[in-house]
Amino acid sequence: MAVISNDGEKSFHIGMLIYDTRYRSYTIQIFALCMFMLAVAWLLDNAITNLAQLGKTFSFGFLFETASYDINQRLIDYTSTDTHARAAIVGILNTLLVAFLGCITATIIGVIAGVLRLSKNWLIARLMTIYVEGFRNIPLLIWILITVAVINESLPSPSGFRGADPESSPLFGGLLVLTNRGFYIPAPIWGDMSMAVVVVFLLSIVAMFGFRRWARKRQEATGEILPVLPISLAIFFLPTLLAFIALGMPITLEYPELKGFNFQGGVFMRDSLIGLWLALSLYTGAFTAEIVRAGILSVSKGQSEAAFALGLRPNRTMNLVVLPQALRVIVPPLISQYLNLTKNSSLAIAVGYMDVTGTLGGITMNQTGKEMECILLLMAFYLIASLSISSVMNWYNERVKLRER
Amino acid sequence: MKIKGAIIAAAAVMAVSTAANADTLADVKAKGFVQCGVSTGLAGFAFTDANGVWDGFDVTFCRATAAAIFGDPNAIKFTPTTGKTRFTALASGEVDILYRNTTWTLSRDVDLGFTFLGVNYYDGQGFMVRKSLGLKSAKELDGATVCIQTGTTTELNLADFFRANGMSYEPVPIETNAEAQQKYLSNACDVYTTDASGLAATRATFEKPSEHVLLPEIISKEPLGPLVRHGDDAWGDVGRWVMNALVIAEEKGITKANVADLAKNGSSDPEVNRLLGSEGSYGDQLGLSKDWAVHAISAGGNYGEIFERNIGESTAIGLARGLNQLWSKGGILYAPPFR
Amino acid sequence: MSNRHEPFVASGDIQPSPPPSSVVGPIAWVRENLFSGVANTVMTLIGIYVIYSLLASLVPWLLLNSVWNASSLQDCRSIDNGACLAVIRERYLQFIYGFYPTEERWRPVVAFVLMLVALWPVLFAGAPRKLLYASALYPATAYWLIWGGTIWGPLAVMAGPIVGIILYRVFDKVLSGMMDEGIAGILSMAGALLLTITWWLFAVVQVDAILGSILNIGLEPVASDKIGGFLLSMIIGVSGIAGSFPLGIALALGRQSNLIFIKALCTGFIEFIRGVPLITLLFVASVLLQYFLPPGTTFDLILRVVIMVTLFAAAYMAEVIRGGLAALPKGQYEAADALGLDYWKSMRLIVLPQALKISIPGIVNTFIGLFKDTTLVIVIGMLDPVGILGPIRADQNWNGIVWELYGFIAIFFFVFCFGMSRYSLYLERKLQTGHR
Repeated sequence: MAVISNDGEKSFHIGMLIYDTRYRSYTIQIFALCMFMLAVAWLLDNAITNLAQLGKTFSFGFLFETASYDINQRLIDYTSTDTHARAAIVGILNTLLVAFLGCITATIIGVIAGVLRLSKNWLIARLMTIYVEGFRNIPLLIWILITVAVINESLPSPSGFRGADPESSPLFGGLLVLTNRGFYIPAPIWGDMSMAVVVVFLLSIVAMFGFRRWARKRQEATGEILPVLPISLAIFFLPTLLAFIALGMPITLEYPELKGFNFQGGVFMRDSLIGLWLALSLYTGAFTAEIVRAGILSVSKGQSEAAFALGLRPNRTMNLVVLPQALRVIVPPLISQYLNLTKNSSLAIAVGYMDVTGTLGGITMNQTGKEMECILLLMAFYLIASLSISSVMNWYNERVKLRER
Repeated sequence: MKIKGAIIAAAAVMAVSTAANADTLADVKAKGFVQCGVSTGLAGFAFTDANGVWDGFDVTFCRATAAAIFGDPNAIKFTPTTGKTRFTALASGEVDILYRNTTWTLSRDVDLGFTFLGVNYYDGQGFMVRKSLGLKSAKELDGATVCIQTGTTTELNLADFFRANGMSYEPVPIETNAEAQQKYLSNACDVYTTDASGLAATRATFEKPSEHVLLPEIISKEPLGPLVRHGDDAWGDVGRWVMNALVIAEEKGITKANVADLAKNGSSDPEVNRLLGSEGSYGDQLGLSKDWAVHAISAGGNYGEIFERNIGESTAIGLARGLNQLWSKGGILYAPPFR
Repeated sequence: MSNRHEPFVASGDIQPSPPPSSVVGPIAWVRENLFSGVANTVMTLIGIYVIYSLLASLVPWLLLNSVWNASSLQDCRSIDNGACLAVIRERYLQFIYGFYPTEERWRPVVAFVLMLVALWPVLFAGAPRKLLYASALYPATAYWLIWGGTIWGPLAVMAGPIVGIILYRVFDKVLSGMMDEGIAGILSMAGALLLTITWWLFAVVQVDAILGSILNIGLEPVASDKIGGFLLSMIIGVSGIAGSFPLGIALALGRQSNLIFIKALCTGFIEFIRGVPLITLLFVASVLLQYFLPPGTTFDLILRVVIMVTLFAAAYMAEVIRGGLAALPKGQYEAADALGLDYWKSMRLIVLPQALKISIPGIVNTFIGLFKDTTLVIVIGMLDPVGILGPIRADQNWNGIVWELYGFIAIFFFVFCFGMSRYSLYLERKLQTGHR
């Protein structure tokens, strides 16, 4: 053996670095590493030279200067005297808001459309196909522009509500005002003791989950099935309602009223938020529908037949047999749709919704001329958001993974 | 793989190296045209007709610059820029000169590293509202929904104005003029605010311009002018003196119609002769030909002619000269002496 | 016994009687599919109502009362209250070509037709395989047709790989006589690659200029800022698709690779690109890219956008193909190894053909997504179809027009994207080898 290896060392020549598989992988990697580092160094060097030539500095100090522009939709206090950093946070919250709302409605729309597409009803199935194909094959940007234009062009402006005999009036006794500048709904006014109601409400949610857990444990132990749904609904609503009445109705509603140019009071959802939210939900909903459909189809017919043979009723078959298996197929692509929705919310810029692309990547970038810093921060925000969503996905995948034997 | 290769190759073909730093004038002469950054479309100032030919107030100044250098007003290419892309386009050398309703401010001049060559239009920010609202002053705008074009100084002025007067408002930030117009027309905002010239230009394109009024308040100073990169003085001088030449031409009554004649036969006014190159060697000092000003003036006439043809009272936009009248006629347009 | 009846023996088949009309035929179909129960009937009625209300508003607006001949929106409104399609009639050329010079507009058309010809052998099995070589020439041809200039530039670019191969052969022959074969191989490959790249980076422009001055065969050059509308969408979309496919395969293989550094590099790249919205990458293309290039370098915005869009799509493509690679049974990899195939051969002959087949729906979806994403270039001021809306609406004549223009753009994208998804179904069916 020693002789052979000796022989091998003797005959080592530089060509072996590429032709001998023992060394080749190292050669390639070292070469790639060098090229990569060279490229990075070259890019950085260029950036430094260019910035120096333009007399620009690379610093994030501008974030703490006064922004001096206003933002219409703000979830936290903000005025034009606040800093650029705070403006960026306002934008981030707006992004998260529309992404959160969009994910919820997209899921609801997607599940309904996906199930209906599999419906035996020929007409409904075809209609859903048209919806899905229509939204999947036309760019989101155009849908966003169209939804906002629908709101702007077809709804009455606030002046339509004015006068003794107005052309339009609020819906549902003032609960909903639809104008072409956005929708108004009443805002709650938190009176004394209202915190108590909120606490009761939160406690009842905890109690509801506790009950469901207990019911499942009990079912597994004894086989007895409790009417879970009515009881949990009762736990959800009754204590809060009782506390609300017992404490003398501490929470009242503030109705939007027409004052001056616009409605005042209540919660104002701007046309840009509504349009963006609607378009994102419908667009992502079309993709979700396909995912749901594929998930349901992926559960083989034998599974439900077996469940029927065991004597399970249709809704239990759905809940206990089909759904858990379908969810395993549905959830991973669904979460990546959530990811897409979050990233797509950056199209807000087209309709003037002040998300983080509009504040940090828009006005701030423009007013300060710090393109490099702003875009880096913007990318970092989206990266963090995406990576956190995908780590949730990986965690879930790991949890539901089929344990193969 | 072939296709990818070809794309890389196409990259190599398209890659055009221009030195963005040192001597723009020499570079421009070498490539044979001026690359001018203009607005993506603002009636009267920079717009394209159905054939894609650029025209407008700012565009004519660009053409005059090209004519001064090459004797040909068409030795020029236009890059449409948005409020957002304009400064990077200039900084990166993508355009040689930026004529895009850009307000001269300290931070742009100093911090962003540009040089403003002067002012070709004195403007100020105004408000447009529907006549039916019956408003008399911008001070009555408390609570109004205001459409603004982002990426400009207008949103800063607006915030200042409302804060100073203790009023609240609902800003609706819009990327482009066309979108803002659309929103305003559908009554999704009560007020549209931008430079008064832009408001007039926008109103002119409305179906019924008379239903809209401009409020009397002008809430800011907006000196609009061309700019070039910092540290390239020779090139800056060319741009600056083309602009001055057009103003002097108006002062001295040199028009598109008579400029050729005056250049050939001379004038009794020595400054006219100096301007048109029959006396002195001012063209050489700028690195241009002797008769550069003749070409610049022939491109679109003197300042007054350019104004009248594109945005003046006889056009749909109908702007009065106002501040942009010559100093001798009550305005503040004042070119340094040509000697 | 004689009166015993003969047993009945059937002499032929009795024709089956037709099923009752309540089970077959259109009426039964309607009952079965539309009105089989209360819930079903309600849904059907709702569906009919939805269709009715859609048609009731669309048909009169779009077909019955629409106006094709008018010179402005006011004209339209004074003629009839339907859609003002006159704006499409007046401006459709601008939608298609942007500001491409009128007398040169045949060139994009030729490029488009040639694209269909070049795609034929790639997309459909029935075409002669020899045509693939012609397809390989297409990119340079299309570039020349659309941007114009002398013919020498594209020719010089195409000469690059050919010269490279010849150089490799020559070097290899010369050097292997002088030294060890292995070193000779490396050196000649590196040399040929380097020279080819040098050729592209430095010589092509000069060759183009010199040959162009000697013999000026060429087309009128058209600058990038004249290109807009659907032409721009097609340019970005098609070159993005063409570029992202090979790049995506390379990234997917890199991410599956055993080479740790390569794997980390590919994974990092893919996750980074997938983690940020395309808009931010377009900002990079329009605003930041020049900071990272040597001072004074600037190149065409369309090209910058194409590069960014290609990188963006490649990351998604890589994940789709990785899914296909992962879905392939391990036995296939092992069988390839057992046959003694090296890495590239096993990938090329065994793994990739199957993995790609599995990933076809995902690949086509990525292409569709990329094509739709071309509309985002409007945020950096390029005049794609959505960008063309600006100049049209800024025109006094068409101020305030909305639905007609959005509808026109939507239909255009729908036709292309829907066509692509149908093609993917065709391909899936064709490649279905019946493993079930």
